[in-house]
Amino acid sequence: MMSSSPAVSVQELRVERGGREVLHGLTFDVPRGAVVGLLGPSGCGKTTVMRALVGVQLVKSGQVTVLGEDAGSPGLRDRVGYATQSPAVYADLTVAENLRYFAAVLGAPRGDVDRVIAQVGLAGARDQPVATLSGGQHNRANLAVALLGSPELLVLDEPTVGLDPVLREELWTLFRTLAGRGTTLVVSSHVMDEAARTDRLLLMREGRLLADGAPGDLRERTGTADLEQAFLHLINETAGSAA
Amino acid sequence: MNPAITLATARRILTQLRHDPRTVAMLVAVPSLLMILLRYVFEEQRTFDRLAPMLLGLFPFIVMFLVTSIATLRERSSGTLERLMSMPLGRLDLLLGYALAFGLAALVQVGVVLLISLTWLDLDLSGSLGSLVLVAVLDALLGMALGLFCSAFARTEFQAVQFMPALVLPQTLLCGLIVPRDQMAGWLEAVSKVLPLTYAVQGMQEITGKTVFTGTLATDVAVIAAFTVVALLLGAATLRRRTP
Ligand SMILES: Nc1ncnc2c1ncn2[C@@H]1O[C@H](COP(=O)(O)OP(=O)(O)O)[C@@H](O)[C@H]1O
Ligand SMILES: [Mg+2]
Repeated sequence: MMSSSPAVSVQELRVERGGREVLHGLTFDVPRGAVVGLLGPSGCGKTTVMRALVGVQLVKSGQVTVLGEDAGSPGLRDRVGYATQSPAVYADLTVAENLRYFAAVLGAPRGDVDRVIAQVGLAGARDQPVATLSGGQHNRANLAVALLGSPELLVLDEPTVGLDPVLREELWTLFRTLAGRGTTLVVSSHVMDEAARTDRLLLMREGRLLADGAPGDLRERTGTADLEQAFLHLINETAGSAA
Repeated sequence: MNPAITLATARRILTQLRHDPRTVAMLVAVPSLLMILLRYVFEEQRTFDRLAPMLLGLFPFIVMFLVTSIATLRERSSGTLERLMSMPLGRLDLLLGYALAFGLAALVQVGVVLLISLTWLDLDLSGSLGSLVLVAVLDALLGMALGLFCSAFARTEFQAVQFMPALVLPQTLLCGLIVPRDQMAGWLEAVSKVLPLTYAVQGMQEITGKTVFTGTLATDVAVIAAFTVVALLLGAATLRRRTP
């Protein structure tokens, strides 16, 4: 595959969870080196999409291609970093012990543990058991694991939830820096004001893609001042065309 | 499979144990205390000599079953299992990592109980110490493998601990520890023949009663090992990369 091919290509993705179809045929591409926001209200299917990208979600039908291979294929397991929405780290281990273990599993270089601790700003809590971290620190420890081994694609499920504005700003700066070095990021959020920071927006609602484009274009197309308004406009537009 | 990942996994599990000194203390102290209790409940040395080795086969099994079923249940419910399954970790790496770490813990546990039994409690052992440790560690691994398998069918830690009495108590009743198996009703004896703990206890009886490594003991070791491998394979089958 040429490196100009999309980092992620999803075709007609359908997923069933708990006996119900929750993704109804999603199609989209993610260009390399972009920061793409996956936005939509809680329960619309963001986490399910991300699980499909990482290859841990059983899918009903459709095609998910990541970095030129089928999602979840063995060759991708150290090229894609995934931070789950609820932190998946060992509560009884310290931050550094967690990272040392996951770095060993990924075969990441030795210095990576300290690098990612610095990147998420957890140097002060390095040797603290994860169970004693605050919610925001816990989240950042979870994010740090995804950064180990400098993966080409980062799939981050609501990484900025529960963070104060300063930390949120720092993380978005970090995401930008990573993208500047060629990393592709897919970042989900249910907060519209984060959408403006992305290169591309995928707006979701009830398992369907409502819109796909640059934040500026979406505002322009809907003739609205902010993305919250644009989202509402798009919902009405879809409801109108369905009726 | 990748030895570096297996070892890292074993080290991670041992580090988790190190952060939990109370569990480690109970792991080591409880079997020893029970053994001491057993010695003084039966004032008679001969009865103790008969029962003690069987308990040496039971303790590691029960303890490892409990510890592993809870540990892997946590691994499933906290999302760390899903995270590991998205990484270059083989299912065997995880299983062997658990086997190494908990096998080591079982070795310490059995070592301490044995030390106390052979010195303070004057346990009379006809067979070799080596075969006793071998059978005890195999029992521990069997408990571990079954615990891992059962954890896949538990949603909560409450459910997971219920598997212990459900799986272990009937086997304890049938394995010959309480009533000799040849005195049981025919159908109960038949059932006891397909239960792994029967062979664990029978193996321990061989070791205490006879000085040589008997054919029966060899069969017992082979049967326990076979049960362990099957349970590990079943456990591996419950570790899925993709979940609904
Ligand atoms: N484990 C599960 N079993 C059954 N249904 C689920 C499960 N997880 C999520 N769902 C359902 O799938 C839909 C999408 O969920 P999710 O992808 O988590 O949404 P989001 O991340 O946008 O909040 C929701 O309707 C949710 O109820
Ligand atoms: Mg979600």
